[in-house]
Amino acid sequence: MTNHWIDLKNSDVILCMGGNPAANHPLSMKWIMRAKEQRGAKLVVVDPRYTQTAAKADIYAALRSGTDIAFLGGMIKYIYDNNLYFREYVVTYTNASFLVNPDFKMPGQLEGVFSGYDAKTRKYDKKTWTFQMDEKGVPKKDLTLKDPNCVFQLMRKHYNRYTVEKVSTITGTPKENLLEVYKAIGSTGKPDKVATVCYAMGWTQHTVGVQNVRAFSMIQLMLGNVGMAGGGVNALRGESNVQGSTDAGLLFHIIPGYIPVPTASLADLATYIDKMTPKTKEPRSVNWWGNRPKYLVSHLKAIYGDAANKENDFAYAWMPKLDEGMNCSWLNMFDEMYKGRFEGFFAWGQNPACSGANSTKTRTALSKLKWMVNVNLYDNETGSFWKGPGMKPADIQTEVFLLPCCSSVEKEGSISNSGRLVQWRYKAIEPVGQSLADMEILNEIYFRVKKLYQKEGGKFPAPVVNLTWNYGEKDKDGKIKHVNPHLVAREINGYYLADVYDKTQTPPKLIGKKGELCVNFVSLQADGTTSCGNWIYSGSYTQKDGKIINMMARRGKEDPTGLGLYANWAWTWPVNRRIVYNRASVNPQGQPWDPKRALIKWNPTKLNPATNKPGVWEGDVPDGPAPPLADEKAGKLPFIMKSDGVGSLFGPGLADGPFPEHYEPLECPLEENPMQAKHRINPTIKLFYGKEGSLEEDVFKSCDTRFPYVCSTYRVTEHWQTGVMTRHKSWLLETQPQMFVELSKELAKEKGIGNGEKVTVSSARGSLWAVAVVTDRYKPFKVMNTTIHQVGIPWHFGWHYPADGSGGESANLLTPTIGDPNVMIPESKAFMVNIEKARG
Amino acid sequence: MARMGLLVSPELCIGCRACQVACKSWNQLPGEMTKNRGGYENPGDLTPSLYNRIRFVEVPSDKDPIRWLFVNQRCMHCEEAGCMKICPSPGALYRTPEGAVATNKDKCIGCKLCLAACPFNVPRYNEKGKCSKCDLCVDRISNKMAPACAKTCPTGAIAYGDRAEMIAKAQKAGYQKVYGQADLGGLGALYAFKDGPKVYGYDEKPQISDMLVFWHNVLKPLSYIGIGGVAAAAVLHYVAVGPHKVKEDDDHE
Repeated sequence: MTNHWIDLKNSDVILCMGGNPAANHPLSMKWIMRAKEQRGAKLVVVDPRYTQTAAKADIYAALRSGTDIAFLGGMIKYIYDNNLYFREYVVTYTNASFLVNPDFKMPGQLEGVFSGYDAKTRKYDKKTWTFQMDEKGVPKKDLTLKDPNCVFQLMRKHYNRYTVEKVSTITGTPKENLLEVYKAIGSTGKPDKVATVCYAMGWTQHTVGVQNVRAFSMIQLMLGNVGMAGGGVNALRGESNVQGSTDAGLLFHIIPGYIPVPTASLADLATYIDKMTPKTKEPRSVNWWGNRPKYLVSHLKAIYGDAANKENDFAYAWMPKLDEGMNCSWLNMFDEMYKGRFEGFFAWGQNPACSGANSTKTRTALSKLKWMVNVNLYDNETGSFWKGPGMKPADIQTEVFLLPCCSSVEKEGSISNSGRLVQWRYKAIEPVGQSLADMEILNEIYFRVKKLYQKEGGKFPAPVVNLTWNYGEKDKDGKIKHVNPHLVAREINGYYLADVYDKTQTPPKLIGKKGELCVNFVSLQADGTTSCGNWIYSGSYTQKDGKIINMMARRGKEDPTGLGLYANWAWTWPVNRRIVYNRASVNPQGQPWDPKRALIKWNPTKLNPATNKPGVWEGDVPDGPAPPLADEKAGKLPFIMKSDGVGSLFGPGLADGPFPEHYEPLECPLEENPMQAKHRINPTIKLFYGKEGSLEEDVFKSCDTRFPYVCSTYRVTEHWQTGVMTRHKSWLLETQPQMFVELSKELAKEKGIGNGEKVTVSSARGSLWAVAVVTDRYKPFKVMNTTIHQVGIPWHFGWHYPADGSGGESANLLTPTIGDPNVMIPESKAFMVNIEKARG
Repeated sequence: MARMGLLVSPELCIGCRACQVACKSWNQLPGEMTKNRGGYENPGDLTPSLYNRIRFVEVPSDKDPIRWLFVNQRCMHCEEAGCMKICPSPGALYRTPEGAVATNKDKCIGCKLCLAACPFNVPRYNEKGKCSKCDLCVDRISNKMAPACAKTCPTGAIAYGDRAEMIAKAQKAGYQKVYGQADLGGLGALYAFKDGPKVYGYDEKPQISDMLVFWHNVLKPLSYIGIGGVAAAAVLHYVAVGPHKVKEDDDHE
């Protein structure tokens, strides 16, 4: 989230698209309903299905799953056609005025692709996706937005193809519904009107997932809604601490704090810093990522301590490196596992046998392992995969270990929510039975693995045996008896390893004393004098006047702005900033676009204690202390994480194009992409099937009469992910006991299916039984003059529990092995199935 | 003390059913085996282990594919409580100082008359035949805490407080008529209905039967002094409930 949960109450128009917050994020509705009640906000819901959120909507529009870019492309066109965009914001705070390389071409000109496409590698050469630079190396601009090569005009040219008529035939949304939604969102291009968006996996689990999010980010930039209270682009994270896990570098391509994992060609630290540190010639850009070297070195100091020093490149050589172009995301990992390239696997707090796309393949892949460690609250479909449906236990050699871990209420620590709020929690009860906290399990494993390395050597012991592990009192063998979560949190925050001075001042001013906790990431250094496990969390556990303060444990309820920032409640990364890019909520003079929603405000007369000069920001923690943009000497642009300092309407960083373009899902009901005939699907996705040596498990069938219905997976309130934690709770199972499939009355009639009857749902990859929920909440779509039916299934069930099999099986038996080209998230929200009355 | 009450606002309810689960959690009621009956609503009715539930009601809409209502079903804690009037065992059903109609299972004789007398079809009977229903979390409200359902509701669709304030709150939100404001002497669970009560599955004018009034005024005092009470109860049981029948299993396939 750029904003936070409570901030939803400050919005005028709330779009829920690609998410169903009433069912899956019930607490968000507290604030959405408050916005409706107290400020007459409009709730707009766009979803293939009439959901619990739709039931609360002022405007509802249905769209065929997988057509969000068409829907939003039409919205972009509507906004500029009707002159609804926030012109001053667009000109000043986005790259709309930047002049693009004249050789850059778009799908309208090149039969569905951007310039630089190589069909053989399914990749783009992005050399034309660039800006024209002036002699100083700064992008050339046309502030009138009239130059045919400026971003704004190119965007218009691109989206002029997305007429309402065209969009309607693709999405199946009636034209009047489209216009109703467009009008509502478009009404917020005024300085005193703000729209927000709540999205979740309904936008991301597509082969155009990243571009779905980008399309609406562009709209929010056009309307001047990013950085505003009640605005922004808000991902509703699907698990309570999934924000924390990505912050902490759970994914393969980043280390903590969103720092890219080095690749093999970046042989030493100097090369990494040179190649991986964003640079800018724009004098008004803060270019915060220019600080990356400080964060990387401080991270290495945190994990290797004294063993990381100037002489050994701060142990950079010990960091794992990716081969060039190597992608270790989920689908690829299980593909490799299937091919026998893994010996062992830790399934830690997850249930791949049900959660991963194409479960049959995933389950078979597990059988190729020599060993697997399943760390979970309960045994599950993963730990017991070898005795699951279709398995021959005698043929499976995988040795499975179950390590029972305790639940979140049985341990102390921090949790990070979608709004980047990091809150300290306490242990409510002792762990049940033999279960241990994850960190205790890790501590036991680490101690043993380290001992083995010390005893037996091994191929590359240094990265393991040199890890710092100062998390508590040691026993006689040198093992930490119990991990103290406070010491972990302090390591994440970071320490001064020497007396650190600000050398820009004369005489140099002391920032922090050796051994003290860092105040925040601004004080981190690239010379090894600071440590910090995760720079964005620096400031969460700090020290003031010698007193150590756990900022995450704060419980202050003050709200001086009335905007619900609650700056003294817990702590938010970065630096307790509650809304990021908040410098975009003010005009170049530093005054709020909307005084009624004043998030930050420049007070030019008040004395700034830091500089001892007049001029200080009031309100939320601003995106940097620099004076407002209009200050000729020191003014800064608002988008501090972008090297240009502005929001990107033109986004050359993605794999599949600088502007989102509609492509059909891998499996879809249409033979051709209605936008153009040549490229039905995203031309840059990695195809697992259809080439030599591809696995039959990865089969897909598009526009195949055997699988005529569009299907989405989703969640219900009562269950959590694959249901391991909730199926075992009889109170929850009572409310949602069984696998079901929702379908329209029209389709049910066609297939002779009655409400509550058992049916079989099948795809090219598998089949399962489900109870038919026949409802008016799904309606057939009119797409390209044909009728298209959509159905939907939850993915919470699995064969392992309830033990009598009464719950049903995982929806992922049906989903395809295909991912987004940028992040490889699987396309679980649009694939093709058949549905039949169950036999017998 | 002032009479306390619940204000249920279906317009605010999102059907998350946190109230159903919180009730089970606080009252330590067991989960029951159910089946999907072709919808989200489950269990299909109140049970001795389910004191409140959300009904998912689909009604036609001229604008949207459907209008989907989420309606909390529960004991209404009537001022003129049919169950209390008919109950032949003193103290088995009693009024708390907050105005809730609570049960004392030790005193319940399992006659099941209260179900017949309830205009909202609420009381259920546990495996020992004892009346089992929502008591507004008597152990919470007597300690000035909101009932579990209201405490957990994320949107304020179930609010708890001074009953007069609840009525004022509904009126302020634009509901001129609050369901239960005057019915049956005033209900303890008030409903802010946007449309007529029928749309939500409630009687326009909930009433208790004349027979019950007769029982309350004439026969019950007799039973207290031990004359013909049991016989009267048996007669009334037959009249009001009918002969004992085996209840059809809802979940029968």
